[in-house]
Order: sequence, then C-alpha cells, then structure tokens
Amino acid sequence: MRIPLPFGMLLDTTKDAPESVPSGTRQRIVRVPVPGLRLVGAVVALVVIALSVLIGVIVVGGALDGKWYDFRDLGNTMDGLRSVLPECVLALGETCVVTGSYVGYLASAVIGGTGVLSFVGLILVLLVWSERRLLARFQVRRGPNRVGPFGLLQPLADAIKMMQKETVIPRGADRFLYYLPPVIVFIPLMLLWGAVPWAPKMTYADINVGVLYLVAVTSLTTLAIFLAGWSSNNHYALLGAMRTVAMMVSYEIPISISLLTIVLFTGSLQLTEIVRWQAEHNAWFAFLLPLPLFTFFFSSTAELNRSPNDIAEAESEIVAGYYTEYSGMKMGLYLAGELGYATATSAFVSTLFLGGWTLFGLETWIPPYVILGLKISVVYFVLVWMRATLPRFRLDQLMAFAWKYLIPLSIASVMLVALEVTLFARWDVAAIVPLVLFAIVNYVFARIAMRRWATVLGYQPELQANHPVMTSGVGGLRAAQALRQAEGAR
Amino acid sequence: MTLLTHEPYSEPYVLNIGPQHPSTHGVFRIRVVMDGERIDDIEMIVGYLHRSMEKLAEERTYTQNIPFTDRADYLAGMSNNLGYCLAAEQLSGVEVPERAQYLRVIFAELQRIASHAMANGQLVSDAGALQTPLLYMWREREKVLDLFEMTCGARLTTNYMRIGGVAFDPPPEFYPAVEQLLSDLPDRIDEYHTLLIENEIFLARTKGVAPISAEDAINGSLAGPMLRASGVPWDLRKADSYGIYDRFKFEVPVGRVGDVWDRFMVRMEEVKQSASIIRQALDGMPAGAHKTDVPLALRPEPGEAYARVEGPRGELGFYLVSDGGPAPARFHIRAPSLINLSLLKQMAVGSSLPDAIVALGSVDIVVGEIDR
Repeated sequence: MRIPLPFGMLLDTTKDAPESVPSGTRQRIVRVPVPGLRLVGAVVALVVIALSVLIGVIVVGGALDGKWYDFRDLGNTMDGLRSVLPECVLALGETCVVTGSYVGYLASAVIGGTGVLSFVGLILVLLVWSERRLLARFQVRRGPNRVGPFGLLQPLADAIKMMQKETVIPRGADRFLYYLPPVIVFIPLMLLWGAVPWAPKMTYADINVGVLYLVAVTSLTTLAIFLAGWSSNNHYALLGAMRTVAMMVSYEIPISISLLTIVLFTGSLQLTEIVRWQAEHNAWFAFLLPLPLFTFFFSSTAELNRSPNDIAEAESEIVAGYYTEYSGMKMGLYLAGELGYATATSAFVSTLFLGGWTLFGLETWIPPYVILGLKISVVYFVLVWMRATLPRFRLDQLMAFAWKYLIPLSIASVMLVALEVTLFARWDVAAIVPLVLFAIVNYVFARIAMRRWATVLGYQPELQANHPVMTSGVGGLRAAQALRQAEGAR
Repeated sequence: MTLLTHEPYSEPYVLNIGPQHPSTHGVFRIRVVMDGERIDDIEMIVGYLHRSMEKLAEERTYTQNIPFTDRADYLAGMSNNLGYCLAAEQLSGVEVPERAQYLRVIFAELQRIASHAMANGQLVSDAGALQTPLLYMWREREKVLDLFEMTCGARLTTNYMRIGGVAFDPPPEFYPAVEQLLSDLPDRIDEYHTLLIENEIFLARTKGVAPISAEDAINGSLAGPMLRASGVPWDLRKADSYGIYDRFKFEVPVGRVGDVWDRFMVRMEEVKQSASIIRQALDGMPAGAHKTDVPLALRPEPGEAYARVEGPRGELGFYLVSDGGPAPARFHIRAPSLINLSLLKQMAVGSSLPDAIVALGSVDIVVGEIDR
C-alpha cells in the first residue's frame, strides 16, 4: 500500500522496496513526486504573493491606518473589541456590576495569555530543531533530517521519547522539592515573554517599570536551579547549583548597570517607550551604547548558562550540573526551558538595543512582529554561534571577569552616559548631531577602556599563544637545561 | 558587630568521577576529595577494562598475538603493531624488506596524526567547547582511518604489521588519497589555529594549568608529548632510530613550561612533522616485497627482547621472553598512558575541578592501554 504524505512524500508499506532505494537499506519513506503537487504549490504561492501585494497597496495607501481592523497590529483588535462592547454588560438595578471595559480587558487578557503560552510552546519546538540543525552545520555534520521534512518533527519525536522514559528519583532526594523545579523554571519564562512589545499595541503586559520587571523576573530561575541542585542529593547537582547562584548574584549587577544607561537616555523604564525613543531618534542603542550592549549580552549568557559561561552544567566537569539526577520529560523541560530563555533574552536584546519592532520606518510596510522575529533570530543565531565556537570559562575566571572587569567598566560607562544625557537635554541642535557624536565617543571609550582596563588587571597579549621550540637534537635533562638557557638568552 | 555566631567551617566531601563520566575517556575512575571547588586529594582507580592480555598472550603463537596489541591502545593500533613486531623480530632475527620498512613508517606516522587529532580534540572538549573543535579534528582522523580501511580492512584494530613486514601492500587508490590528505593538512591546521590558538578563553583555560617541570617529568618517567612539553627534547625516533627513522629529516617540538597549552601545541607541531615524514617516506619508497615469509608457528631461540617505539602517547615498549616454544613465555607492554597518568595527582591536588579535568585531558590516556 502506498499512502501519500505531505511535501511530496509517499509512505510505501509494500515489501519490495522501489528501485531507487539501494538494496540492503530498510528505508520505507521515499520521495516520489505526487502528480499535481507542483501545480497546487504554484497556485498557493501565487495567491500568497497576490495577497501580500494587495495588503501592501492597502497599507501604503493609508486606508487602514489607525483603525482597529489594521491587521498589522493584533493589539488593535483588543481596542476594537472594547469599543464595540456596551458600556454596561451586567447591571443589577441601577448599579453596573460588570462594565463593558471589564469584559474587554478580561477577553484581551485571556486571548493574549493564550497567545503567549501557545507562542512559547511553538517556538520551543522550532528552537530544538533549529539549534540542533545550526550546531550540526557548525560542526561539519548534518543534524536531524530523518523525522518529517528536514527533520522538523524531530523535537516531537524527542518529546515522545522523553515522556516514555522512566523518571528515576534518587534515594535521599527531597521528593517535593525535587518535583517542583522543572515547573518553576517555566513560570519566569512565560512572565518574560508576556512583557515583550511585538508591535505598537501588541504587548500583553505593557508594564511601566518594564526594565525593572525584566531584571527581577530573570533572577527567579536561580531559585528553581538551586532547588533542583539541593533536592537531588547529588554532589554534581549541588556543585552546579552553587556555581549558578554565585554566578547569578555576580552578573545581576553588570546587567542592571548596563540597563541603567538606556534608562538614562529614554527617561523611562517602559519597554514600549524605549522602543519608541529609538524609533523617534533613528538611533539603536546598539550603536549608541556598544559597551553596555557587550555587558548585557555577555552577562545574559552567564544568566542563561550558555557557552562560554555554561559552568553550571559544565558537561566535561560536573556531568549535567543541577539537573544531573533528572531524567525523562523532567530533563526535557529543563532543556526546553533553557532554549526558551535564550530566545527571551534575544527578544530583550532586540527590544532594548536593536530598536525592537522598528526598522527605520520600514515597520509601516512590514508587520512589526515580523521585524522583531527576524531580529530575535539574528541574536539567537549569535548565541548558537558562540555555543558552537567557544570553550568554557572557569568559575574563578568568570567571577573575576564580572567583579574586576565588567562592573568597573559599566560604572564608568554610566558616568559617561550621564554626562552625555545632560548635554543632550541642553544642546539646542537637531538630535542627530549629538547622537552621532555620542556614538563615536562611546565607541572610542569602549575600545580604549576595555583594552586599558584589561592591561591594568594584568592581561599581557604578548605572553600568549607561544609555539614550541623546534630542535633536531635529543637528550635528557642536560639537553633540556641547555635548551632553556638558549631560550632565555634569546 | 559580628554577623556570625560561630567560626565558618567547611567540610571536605568526596566526588566520585567515573567510571562513567563524560571526560574520563573510557572507564577510568577518580575519587576526588574536594573542599568547595578546590581539590584536596585524588585517588585514581583503574582496572575496569582489564582483559588479561598479557596472560592470554602466553597461550597464543607470536603471530596470533599481533591483534592483541592493537586492542591495547585502540587509538594507536599501528604503533602498537609496530612495537610488538619489532620485539618479535629482534627475538627471532627475522629480516624486514626495505619496502615494508617504509610502509611501517608511513602507517605509524598516519596513526600519530589520527591519535593526536583525537587527543587535542578531546582536550578542547574537556575545556568546554561544545565538540566543534573535536569534530573538526575528527575530519582528518576519518581520512586517516579511511586510508587504514582501504589498506587493511580495519579502521581501529588494524592488525596490519606482521613479523617480517606488513600484511598487505596498499592498493593503488591509497596514494592519491594520502596525497590529498597531506595537501589538505596545512589548511586544516590553520583552521584550528584560528579556532583555538587565537581564542582568549582557550588560552586562559590552558596557559599555566597543571605545569610539570623537566626534572619532575624525568623523575616521573614521563614520555612522549608530555615529556617534550616539559622541555626535554626526547624522541625515540631520533634517540633510538628504530627501523629506518634515521633516514628522515624532522624536528622535535619542545615546550617551554610543561603546561596544558604546551602539550596541546607540541601535539599540533608533531602532526606537521609526521606529515613531513610521510611525504619523505612516500618519495623514497622502493618497489619490492612487503613481507618475508615467516613460519606461522615461529619458535625463536630461548631469550628475551625489548623493543620500544615512539607511540603517540610516548615510549611504547614490548617485552618478550621466549622459552623456545611457539608462544611467548612472558609478554609485557610498557604502556605510556599508565605512566603518564601517574603524575595526575601532582597536577590536580590544589587546583580546581575544571583544571584537573583539563589536565587529565592533556595526559591523553587510553584506558585500554592502561588496563590491558
């Protein structure tokens, strides 16, 4: 029997394999072109293109601007919903018990919340696949390509596999605390994604202290990690948990200080306001504040437990760190949670430093959430790239880097930015002039300060990367001493 | 005002690394006594892969013992074959044809490239890189193993050398493949340099970590890249010139301080030198027979022989005692891994767990050889 599958595949259940399959392989799924599939594909593509052109014409024509049915911004539908609801939905005599705006807010909360939850679930599936594929490409391998088209269903297969695995609870584990952390890990993740501004009105929770919220919520995971490490009754897990706590406490400070520079410029902690400031001045903070960007990004990798700072789950040292004793879907939740945090951080880097949903005016043509999605992908790609390339720091090196290097540098950078902001407020010229000037000053400052401070701390690049001495003669200790003397004389 | 009501104290605890652990490179166990992140004491426990090779060899003929040797150090099968055959030839006085000598050199040096690629890749993996450098280096190792496969049919347990020569002449497609490998190798090494040598994190993780002085290295009877990294220019290919090694021009890389970085770089340079030796051997290889006929049940005169070769891990010695029978009366392997490993305690105590793991990676142990 031959069952047609999507993407031009055919499930062949007959005993005799087709000729195209070499003998000896037990391959069952073969690519056989389904007649008419190309035609269908072409028609679908044409319809999509025509629709896009139509949308473009309508949007550029300005016919929909500001209306609730402007589908570029899903947040507008909530406004529309509120406007059509009656003033009072449920009244008891004279008093209005349930107002229309209350129902509107409730509905938007439910719809938006469901949206955030399903979005997180969806991207986790995509992330597992994309991370594995990307890593494979970096490592001259192919990556998952067997389950589904391009191996896209691999995360699903992994999840099914993990659910079938036995969950082993170590003897002596604190059972309640042991069960809790995989669940706790996911709560801050959802909270984080709720605060991301996707479009002018497409924010689930537009908190006026957004930056503070971000700093507060990201540190919640420490609790889950420490609980996991403590309750497992395992030395590896405990070491991982200790390392995590030490690292999180250290890296919270440079993160907060680097975010302070942004707040100084925008004068607001609100994430939408920060995006609007960047769009208004046509200046991404990535250009304006290179040193805080580096600090934030590097410290985020430490908070995320990602390479080069993945010491909390350093595989070669402490096996899997705090989740060593977790198995089955519990471990799967940790792995998925980590990927989710990586993307959430990418989203915040994009929002805070790369202009969020704006793209120098192009956001009126391209849907803003598409722009943000692309920016998130780029930042996430950099994270995967770093993971594939860099070895790991040692714990003491990492702590020294935070306390001796990042914190002094970020404090200096805050002082410089404060000076600039004072100047910015009083300088009576077009905003672009001081901003370009500040960008140049900050870049030069970053270059000089980073190198100089490293030298002050004892970094000597000329002592690094020496090659072995080449010799043709052989001998024992005396030859070794002679070589050492010759080397010293040189 | 004091915040603490009592003196802070810490209590050492025991961390059991292995026998199954991602960076013990096999079934090797270390019992580590730690105080926080500092290592107070370590105890190395071996024997999980013991296969009683040396005793089994006393029941088999000299030729039948060759496959045991490539199972001892499964990452350097060719070098092990070579060492054993040299010892057996020394014992029985068998002559080796000229062509076989060259083939032996070519395959032993190819094996060194493969083994060093594995060693350095694992070292970087231990330093925390997510297997990317490892897989890059395995690319070249795969090519070498492909060469082995096309010549003798096996990739790891080669069983290629014979008493009095080698088992097979390489097929015609071997020569273009080895040329391709040799021409690719400089580019690949440049790739590792950009990936690792210019990498500040890798430098920070290896520079000054687990140093061994020349005196300690000699006192500890270290050999191979470990010894050379400590600054002692000792290479059996030059010091002993077994086989025909005196005919080739090559240099010995010697490290400066004997830290992990030096061991890494010494291995890197040795790969280049091996490539140069292979090219010289290919150029100078004569035509002729690749082995002499030796009776299957070889019965050497009673006596003893010890042959040593410069294996990828160091001095690889084979000791054979004959009582005139068809099987050796005693067979012993001087395993460089075991002896190099003995200094791990000195390297690890007082350092931290990540440094100890990197130090272990730089020793480049093969558990099959340690336990035999």
